[in-house]
Amino acid sequence: MATQKMFFSGFGGQGVLMIGRNIAYAAMLEGKEVTFLPSYGPEMRGGTANCTVIVSDKSISSPLIYEADLVCVMNLPSLIKFERMVKPKKFLFVNSSIISQSATRSDIQTAYVNANEIAKGLGNEKAANMVMLGAIVKKTGVVSFDSIEHVMEKTFAGKKQSVIDLNRNALHAWD
Amino acid sequence: MSERVLMKGNEAFGEAAIRGGCRYYVGYPITPQNELTEFMSREMSKRGGKFVQAESELASINMAYGIAAAGGNVFVSSASPGIALMQEGLSFICSAELPLVALNVSRGGPGIGGIQPGQADYNQVTRGGGNGDYHIPVFAPASIQESIDMLYDAFSLADEWRNPIMILADGMIGQMMEPVTLPEPKIPVSEAEIAIRKPWALSGTKKGNRSVVKSLRMQPNDLEKHVEKLFEKYRQAEKELVKYDTDRIEDAEVVFVSFGTTARIVSEVIDMLTEDGIKAGLIRPISLWPFPEEAFSKLNPKTKVVISAELNMGQMMTDVKAAVCGRFPVRLINRTGGIIPTSLEIYERAKKILGEYR
Repeated sequence: MATQKMFFSGFGGQGVLMIGRNIAYAAMLEGKEVTFLPSYGPEMRGGTANCTVIVSDKSISSPLIYEADLVCVMNLPSLIKFERMVKPKKFLFVNSSIISQSATRSDIQTAYVNANEIAKGLGNEKAANMVMLGAIVKKTGVVSFDSIEHVMEKTFAGKKQSVIDLNRNALHAWD
Repeated sequence: MSERVLMKGNEAFGEAAIRGGCRYYVGYPITPQNELTEFMSREMSKRGGKFVQAESELASINMAYGIAAAGGNVFVSSASPGIALMQEGLSFICSAELPLVALNVSRGGPGIGGIQPGQADYNQVTRGGGNGDYHIPVFAPASIQESIDMLYDAFSLADEWRNPIMILADGMIGQMMEPVTLPEPKIPVSEAEIAIRKPWALSGTKKGNRSVVKSLRMQPNDLEKHVEKLFEKYRQAEKELVKYDTDRIEDAEVVFVSFGTTARIVSEVIDMLTEDGIKAGLIRPISLWPFPEEAFSKLNPKTKVVISAELNMGQMMTDVKAAVCGRFPVRLINRTGGIIPTSLEIYERAKKILGEYR
């Protein structure tokens, strides 16, 4: 892996920034260079949110991207707007619990992850972002599960054991 | 060396300032630097400092003026229109020769503008929006680590020069997260030490001598002498505070001049052009005032065009043209209003411009 450019998008409250930040944090722990750039504005629950994450073996110049090795869309407007960003043969992750449409492109690898349903099955739909994160890690290996679990230990330090268990289960739920 | 941590720009500014000796922070919330004010409200009292949320930017800068006069290491931060409101105070503080660190996490303008990143405060910070003859050294970071290093050094630099030091970041650096290494905290200066280290400060009546801090000079002769004295200092600063980076300019046919966030994007553009067999280079001013004119003497005679790339309508281009001094054509690639061009856009525009000179 030389440089991986990633883009995560959804509506506010789905935890898309959390997916990106976990990958950035884990990659840093693996000794990589990373940038994490969130969209910002008059944000609100239900509004749009996205972030750009770059992971690289060498120092990163531009933290902005116009094409990506991985695009993850958690809602329909994000699919319509950002499907075009995926480089040919690279990855598109679609939250198929929320998005009933299929991707229009056939020159990319699309993974449909029913993240909300899986999370609901685990007891809390809010963990849908962690299901998606697990799917991304499993399919692309951009970071290791070990690093992500290490990040989760830090992120959820002091939280109830049930919260930690839910998120860990969600991380490994997709296959 | 301490471990790498993932930090957001706005929080890194605060952490670096505290570690660099900041003991007083006065602020008023404004996007895109709100996380900094929030961070300082949480951290300053825990770390032996004082935090004040002022009622306005005008109040912030004048409270800071008072703190600086008393010898405290003080930090103010805001974003573009907020920094505009501080200009009167900055002029007074320069005249009174007081140290202060100011940070502008800039956004789109003019007026209240927008909240997305911008570099349209170049003239505001390098020319000074306040009245009278004065200068403020301005440094522009391109990464979060560089922001940390600048803020860490800024307080001792301000003390040394007895002048405000301005850091010009932008919304992207404020909001972005990158891995950083934090420097060791400096030992705070005690009040007793302030009286010794800063004999000019209004540090109490017990020390014997009387200090006077003022910017009012009614006699034209006095004022002229004072301004000349300030400018001896600025001439020295022009020699000592110049800072810049260059990349591949030795044989470049196209040389970009760009600072901060935009310079990061331009670095990628240079790689893209290099892949096409086009020799491209970058001058990245780190000090915006003093502007690194000396970097331009290193341009090679084969250079065909110099391109100023900035997030405004070409404010830095005035300085670039003065530095190039007619030796090469100077062109502009810009976006404004809060839009940041992608590397692809700059690459395409640069190729078009270069086509006119090849």
